[in-house]
Amino acid sequence: MGKTILEVKDLTTKYITRFHEDVYAVDHVSLKIEEGKSLGIAGESGCGKSTLALSLMGYYFPPLYYTSGEIILGGRNISGMDPDDVRKNVLGTEIAYIPQAAMNALNPTRRIIRFIEDVIRAHDPKMGRKEIFEMARDRFHELGLPPEVLDRHPVELSGGMKQRTVIAISTILKPKVLIADEPSSALDVTSQKMVIKMLKNLMEKEYIKGMIFITHELPLLYNVTDDIMVMYAGQIVENGTAKQMVFDPLHPYSKGLMGSIIVPEEGVRGHELTAIPGTPPNLKNPPAGCRFADRCKYVVPACRVHEIPMLCLGGDRCCRCGHSESTLREAYAHERK
Amino acid sequence: MKNTIRQVFHSSKFLVGFVIFAFLLLMMLIYPLINPGDPLQMIGLGTFARPGTYVSVYDSVGTKPSTFNLPDADANRLAKILTAEDRVNMVNWFTAAGVDITGLDTQDTPAMLKLWKANYSSTVRPKGMTKAMRNYYERLNNAILSANSASKLTVSEPNADTGALEEKSEIAKSDYVNVSDVSNVKVLPLGTDNFGRDTLKELVSACGTSIRIGLIAGAIATLIGLLLGLLAGYLGGLVDDIVMFFTNIFTVIPSFVLLILISYSIGQEQRGAGTVALVIGFTSWVWTARSVRSQVMSLRNRDHVNLSKLSGHRLFRIITTDILPYIASYVVMAFILQISSAILAEAQLSLLGLGPKTTEIPTLGLMMNWAMLYSAHLNGSWWAYFPVILTIALISFSLNLMNTGLDQVFNPTLRD
Amino acid sequence: MSESKGPLCLSGKGVTKTFGVGLKAVTAVDGVDFEFRRGELVSIVGESGSGKTTLAKMLLGLISVSKGEIFFQGQPRDISTARKKREYWKGIQAIFQDPFSSFNVFNKIDTVLLDCINMRGGRRLPRQKKYQMMEEACSFVNLKFAELTNKYPFELSGGQMQRLMIARIFLLKPKILLADEPTSMIDACSRATILDMLLNLRNETGMTIIFITHDIGLAYYISDSVYIMEHGKFVESGTADQVILHPKAEYTRRLISDVPKIFEPWDLTTV
Repeated sequence: MGKTILEVKDLTTKYITRFHEDVYAVDHVSLKIEEGKSLGIAGESGCGKSTLALSLMGYYFPPLYYTSGEIILGGRNISGMDPDDVRKNVLGTEIAYIPQAAMNALNPTRRIIRFIEDVIRAHDPKMGRKEIFEMARDRFHELGLPPEVLDRHPVELSGGMKQRTVIAISTILKPKVLIADEPSSALDVTSQKMVIKMLKNLMEKEYIKGMIFITHELPLLYNVTDDIMVMYAGQIVENGTAKQMVFDPLHPYSKGLMGSIIVPEEGVRGHELTAIPGTPPNLKNPPAGCRFADRCKYVVPACRVHEIPMLCLGGDRCCRCGHSESTLREAYAHERK
Repeated sequence: MKNTIRQVFHSSKFLVGFVIFAFLLLMMLIYPLINPGDPLQMIGLGTFARPGTYVSVYDSVGTKPSTFNLPDADANRLAKILTAEDRVNMVNWFTAAGVDITGLDTQDTPAMLKLWKANYSSTVRPKGMTKAMRNYYERLNNAILSANSASKLTVSEPNADTGALEEKSEIAKSDYVNVSDVSNVKVLPLGTDNFGRDTLKELVSACGTSIRIGLIAGAIATLIGLLLGLLAGYLGGLVDDIVMFFTNIFTVIPSFVLLILISYSIGQEQRGAGTVALVIGFTSWVWTARSVRSQVMSLRNRDHVNLSKLSGHRLFRIITTDILPYIASYVVMAFILQISSAILAEAQLSLLGLGPKTTEIPTLGLMMNWAMLYSAHLNGSWWAYFPVILTIALISFSLNLMNTGLDQVFNPTLRD
Repeated sequence: MSESKGPLCLSGKGVTKTFGVGLKAVTAVDGVDFEFRRGELVSIVGESGSGKTTLAKMLLGLISVSKGEIFFQGQPRDISTARKKREYWKGIQAIFQDPFSSFNVFNKIDTVLLDCINMRGGRRLPRQKKYQMMEEACSFVNLKFAELTNKYPFELSGGQMQRLMIARIFLLKPKILLADEPTSMIDACSRATILDMLLNLRNETGMTIIFITHDIGLAYYISDSVYIMEHGKFVESGTADQVILHPKAEYTRRLISDVPKIFEPWDLTTV
């Protein structure tokens, strides 16, 4: 059990719509990342995973507001911190965040080396250009990126190369945690593989101590992250190790998600493909009780009555379902027959 | 359809623009009913007359008076004679003539008059005073004398036979006539222009003509632009090349120069408002055609158009249901802007003297033209040009407001 | 090629498409040969830039063929006039990648479905019958027609819109359906639904389905035969098992190894 570098307790953040309604996009989320480990967050679009990523940084823009909970990074509680403070002391140095399609954020008129200079100078104004260049060149070499990239403009690079460059730039200051939101979804398979390889490289060489990888492509998580967490309608419904989650999911929603994995392997022929009918609930008026009740095959009246708590089943495995583990396993076994 | 109309009037910008434009239209329709007659009829003597109510003096004299004893009648009389400018000039005369004016309050009319009567003499010629100024002081003196004079005036008529003046009637200071009893009263809210025409009547008529020209020219320009843009954009190939060839010719020659040349060659006699509208319409379709073409070109490769083709729809159906609704908002906006620019183009043409025939109907541009030619701005006759400018501005402004308020209507995905 | 030698539906020899002339000429599709049989579910797998979309447009008849010939049901395809094109389009339809732009924003859902019925000669049918047909089509794709009337397509989710497209196909009853990346803009969990519906469509109506994708996993799941496309050429073709479990071409091998696996270890060193 390594040292915990990031711990989130009961984080709740909300969006305030222009009609002054509260939408709790992240609802009492708790998670823990240990040194050297990575966590994957899976869920369909609209479940709140991108909002969770934003909230974890402690950097809130209206209409996103922090409501309650704690984010403890390196022993320090960064939730509720002043945004300027967060920008100076947390972003880049402690937490790095790569939003979706980050490669489009590169200013096409500047060379890559200038972005790196920007980042470094913001935190260490005294470093000279030559120094920065050398450091960048070495880092790029370590990560498998050709150093010529430093002198190029973003338009001269391919999609995959741009994305890898962005990842390299955001981790140049060796942040403790890297949060990557769909880093490879806009790329072709080969570039995707290169991005994944780079992320693993970053972890192995300890340029980052922990990683949160957000995506809706489950096979990626299986290969990249140690643990997987499934989110639905703003809440975590299950978490566990990657192997457990993909091959032995407990929560009906996770089961449905994992059942929709399609890979070009013979194993998929025997794998029961499942589909989850319906759409997620409107978070302006979340239903009482289990939020997945309307789409669940195993729903009973008790599910809709009161809030379902997160049940921990030992070994860091937790599940938010009204049914007990044994009931669920029995039901699944029954289905297979 | 009902929903669309509700949407349209929901937008506040559209509403304001619509109200202004509707007001102008109402004025155009209703005012001629209140004040019928030819707007180009000259009722003045060929000079600018200030706005106001004009009462026939001849008729007031003959009308039966009523007697009123108003306390401030005398003071008003005197105050009217001595305007602020007059008082300043009096003080100047006093100073120039060396009269002691210590403690003199220029607003104290009786004191001023006393001093004047005591000192004024037409024989005194202060140094540096021009003859015009001396004439002015002489007139001022006469006015003061007559104001303070007799308590009544006598009206005399020359005898039909002898030619000698015979007393007809008397007018006392306390005689007042009810304006509605006087047979000839003319209200001129905007005075007359240099030809002596009722400016407001002219303006209303001109407004109507200009809007009509704008609508015709705008419609022609938009229709031509839409048709050419659709054909060039959707069909592409040879059709596109031909259309663009013509468009480029019209682009290179500035439309305004073209307008001038055509107007000039038609000749003054042939140029009616309708002709001018046609000419403007046929020379200003270029940018509409260009933009419609580029919009259509980007639309024709969209998935829904391809799917429509695959369904087996014919060309006409695809253009009307899959392309036109997507550019409709743009075309309506283009139409509104074309109306606006056509009105301005006509004004510019008329300013140069190349607009519609000057003897038939007035247009806003013509009115501006005359005001400039006859130096209205130099002699302070603001009523001859300022309302015209205001009207042109209001027409453009209201049309543009309506334009910007129409976004949500045309794109269902933007509706709430 | 395909093991079950059913009758040919769509085939081509040396099909080529070149854009531009002279030095600037770009060959998007370079001399491809193919044979798609009746009732077959064929996948064409290629990354972006491989020419698969250009090939799709040529198969659909939306762009012209520069060289080579396409055969429809064994006979050379003739779409030289507008009338012949419309005749051809009675036999082939398409589903595109972006559901939002596939629908005319001004038409409601019933209009969309009614149009399909009308274009297949159902204009004179009684209203009741038309309603019944639309209901049937919607239930085939697990949508409730009663809930959809008076709505616009863009009010639905992406997955629902693609299903509505499949409902359209159900009403148009073409012999061939060309689906160009129908699931790439849909969430992973809704993809399976769409793929299963396409399979159902083929099973119930015997339609030939040409499925174009960049995701070799989807191709493996859904197809009978697979064609792998690279830089405008077919580098490999065969049954799904042949191509994906025993790939011969270098490109195919790389494509497969680049996809994350869960049943076998994913080798990250080959990059």
